[in-house]
Parts: sequence; structure tokens; C-alpha cells
Amino acid sequence: MLARRIIPCLDCDLAVPLGRVVKGIEFKQIRYAGVPWELATRYYEEGADEIVFLDITASSDRRETMFNVIRATAKNVFIPLAVGGGIKSLDDVRSVFKAGADKVTVNTTALKRPGIISEIAEEYGSQACVVAIDAKRRDGPGDGRISVPTPKGESWFECSFYGGREFAGVDAVAWAMEAEELGAGEILLTSMDRDGTYDGFDLPLTGAVCERVRIPVIASGGCGNAEHIFEVFSKTGASAALAASIFHYGEWGVHEVKRYLSDRGIHVRL
Amino acid sequence: MTIAVVDYGVGNLFSIKNALERIGARPTLITEPESLTAFEGVVVPGVGSFGGCMRQLSRFEGVLRRALDEGTPILGICVGMQVLFDGSEESPEEGLGWISGDVIRLPDSVLVPQMGWNTLSIKKETEILEGISDEDFFYFVHSYACVPEDRSVLAATTEYGLEIAAAVSRDNLFAVQFHPEKSGVEGLNILENFVRFARC
Repeated sequence: MLARRIIPCLDCDLAVPLGRVVKGIEFKQIRYAGVPWELATRYYEEGADEIVFLDITASSDRRETMFNVIRATAKNVFIPLAVGGGIKSLDDVRSVFKAGADKVTVNTTALKRPGIISEIAEEYGSQACVVAIDAKRRDGPGDGRISVPTPKGESWFECSFYGGREFAGVDAVAWAMEAEELGAGEILLTSMDRDGTYDGFDLPLTGAVCERVRIPVIASGGCGNAEHIFEVFSKTGASAALAASIFHYGEWGVHEVKRYLSDRGIHVRL
Repeated sequence: MTIAVVDYGVGNLFSIKNALERIGARPTLITEPESLTAFEGVVVPGVGSFGGCMRQLSRFEGVLRRALDEGTPILGICVGMQVLFDGSEESPEEGLGWISGDVIRLPDSVLVPQMGWNTLSIKKETEILEGISDEDFFYFVHSYACVPEDRSVLAATTEYGLEIAAAVSRDNLFAVQFHPEKSGVEGLNILENFVRFARC
């Protein structure tokens, strides 16, 4: 039986030679967490199922630093590595794979030019193409967008561009469905409202997407403890849960989280 | 210990090369058929589509067949396993046909691709699965699955919508649907088993 996955996410600031892992709250208030390849190796040894690196600086002159991070990690870490942030072209995609990544995640670029999803899927296979969606809750019925019942009433979810800096009215749930059509192999779904808050995953958002796509969904944003992961796995069809802060700042180890889930009947790899 | 990794132009071979180095083997990426001589073992990786792989791999068909007939241990991984079969529902191209049977699409009852960690059900003793148990997890990423006609080649299966061939073996030919190079310590153990067998 296929196990639910636990994925530590490393947001990387590449302004220093080997990069540094940082973590914000609701995409702001950045805090230092460690060296990317060292943290990745620790999580691998603790039993992480996959590692995600996101380049939050996403500037092209720091691309070489990201390659060094991937290369250093891939030497020690024998689980899948997904890399994203600032991927603008198929050339960027190629160089990320060449450095040793197994999957790329695309976000703003895919929103602006959806064709890149099909291009990646054709060249590397759907499994290598993760579409990342940063979704912000908007209260109210949303005027033709997919309406999602939330504790705050009917809401819809809007995609953010450029890591939360811009919005253009795109319906996040509908975009996930379109991304699947275009050949995405997986959706990395982040709730911007929950990100870094420790308040738990956005269950209505996660559920709404899982019900509408037939590809794996990674729930992200808001994980504050193992109970939150139990909740998202027991109440939605999410295939994986992504977390950052709880692992970076030592509140929970990856193995500890998995033990907790396993004790409560969630099938995980131990 | 020299292991050839057939680099026929699809996907990234960085991971498999790294993993082989980690277990003490000396992998060499082979980009031209004429270079595929005198290796103790050959790894045939594969990502992307069946047809895409076959189109690129076809120029290696002759030398790989010779290696197989000479008894060189060969390990196919993921699509590198699927191409050993006759053909696939994914593409019109013919496979290598070294193992009789077809490759079929995973059923609609499950999310496709199967992406993640799954356990094995071991069907027979084989060199590459030495020390591996039914409790160990391996990383799978695939939308199609191999159906061998002769079930005696099945070394291990996994459950995903249906019983899927996870590992096959016949004499010096081995193949796995999962990615041993991405399956943590247990995956490295499988590569180590292959390399050890190749050394004998």
C-alpha cells in the first residue's frame, strides 16, 4: 500500500555561497534555520520521504548557488529532490535537472505561460513536473469562481504570483484542474493564509483541490505539529504533507511525526 | 568495479551515478554503443515515455543484447524495466522483447502516476533482493506497469490498484519498477546486491 509522504521544505536564500534556509510567517518575517544541504541530509536520515528546495530569492545571478546546493545535497541524500523558485524557462528546468534534481516545481512562470507545464512533462515526464500554487482565501462567493465552503462561509481562493507579491484574480482550484490537464504530475498546494502560522493546514482548500484532480496533492502551509498532519491526512485526500518550521526549529523530528501518524492508523514509511 | 550506466539521452543520471558511487562502485556513463564493452554490469535507466526511451535506446539494442547473451548482469530501472517487454499501451514503439508480456496503463481506480513509497511482496529469491523484506519501502513513480506472461520471472510485486510487477529477474537480467537510487538505504542495498553479483 502506498504510504502518505512527509516532505520537509527548505526555503533557500541564496545570497551566501552555500545558501541558507530561512522561514517566514505568511510569506514575511524571515528567520534563519540552517545550511540547505546539511538540513536536507538530517531530514533524509530522520526518514523524510522527499525534500523540496524553494529558491525564495529567485534571482538569476544566484542560480549557480542553487546548483551547488542541489549537487551537495544529491551526494548524500538518496530520496527525491524537488527544486523550484524562479524557474522561468525550459533552459532553467534543464539545468536544475542536470544539477541532480528529480522534479521541478513551477509557479508564477506556469501561471503566465501554462505551456511550460506540457513542455516539462514531454521532456521529463509528468512525474517530474510539480505545479506549485500559493492560494489566498477570498471571502464571498467569488463571481464564477469555484466556491468552497469554509468556516467563514463561502470563499474562493486566489493564486498569487511572485511569492505573494501580486494577484491577478486567478481561481486557484480551477488552476489546479487546468494544470493537471496540461500534464502536471503533482500539485503543491500552499495556503498563504496559514503559511508559517502553526495553525494547521487549510482543510477546505486542500479538500476542494483533492476532490477535483486525479494527481497527487501535497498539502502545505500552516503545519504546527503532528496532529495537523494527521488531520489533513484523515480529512482530505492529500497524498503528502509538507512542513518547514516544525522541523527546522526542532519542535518535531521527521521520525517522531511518522511514529505519531502510524500509531493513529495513517500508513507511512517508517 | 566498473558498472556501465547507459546514457541514451533521457533524464538525469546524476542520481544513479551518485548512488553507485556511494556504495563503492565505479559507474561510467556510456553515451555511444561502441563504448559498451568489458563492463562487469550494465544499468539501463529510463524516465519519460516508453516510446521516447525506445527511440533513443534502439541504437544500443545490439550491444545490449550481446552483453545479455554473454552473461553480463543487466539492471533495468523504471522505464528501463518496461522497455525489456514487448510493447506498451503508452506508445506504438516496440520494446526490446527480452521478457514476454506487455506494459499496461495503471487503472483509473487509483491516482496516476503512482508517486511515492510502497512496500514489496517478495515472490522468489533473487540476488538483488537479498536482505530485503516485505516491510521495506521503495520509491515508485510510474503510470504504466509491466505484465510478464511467464510469472516465474516475478521477483516481487507491489499493490496499487492491482498487483504490479515491482521486480523481475531471469538469470543475469534484473529489473525494478521503483527507483533504488531514490529509495534510501534499502534502495542502496539493492544496488549493492547488483554490484556484488556483477563482481562474481
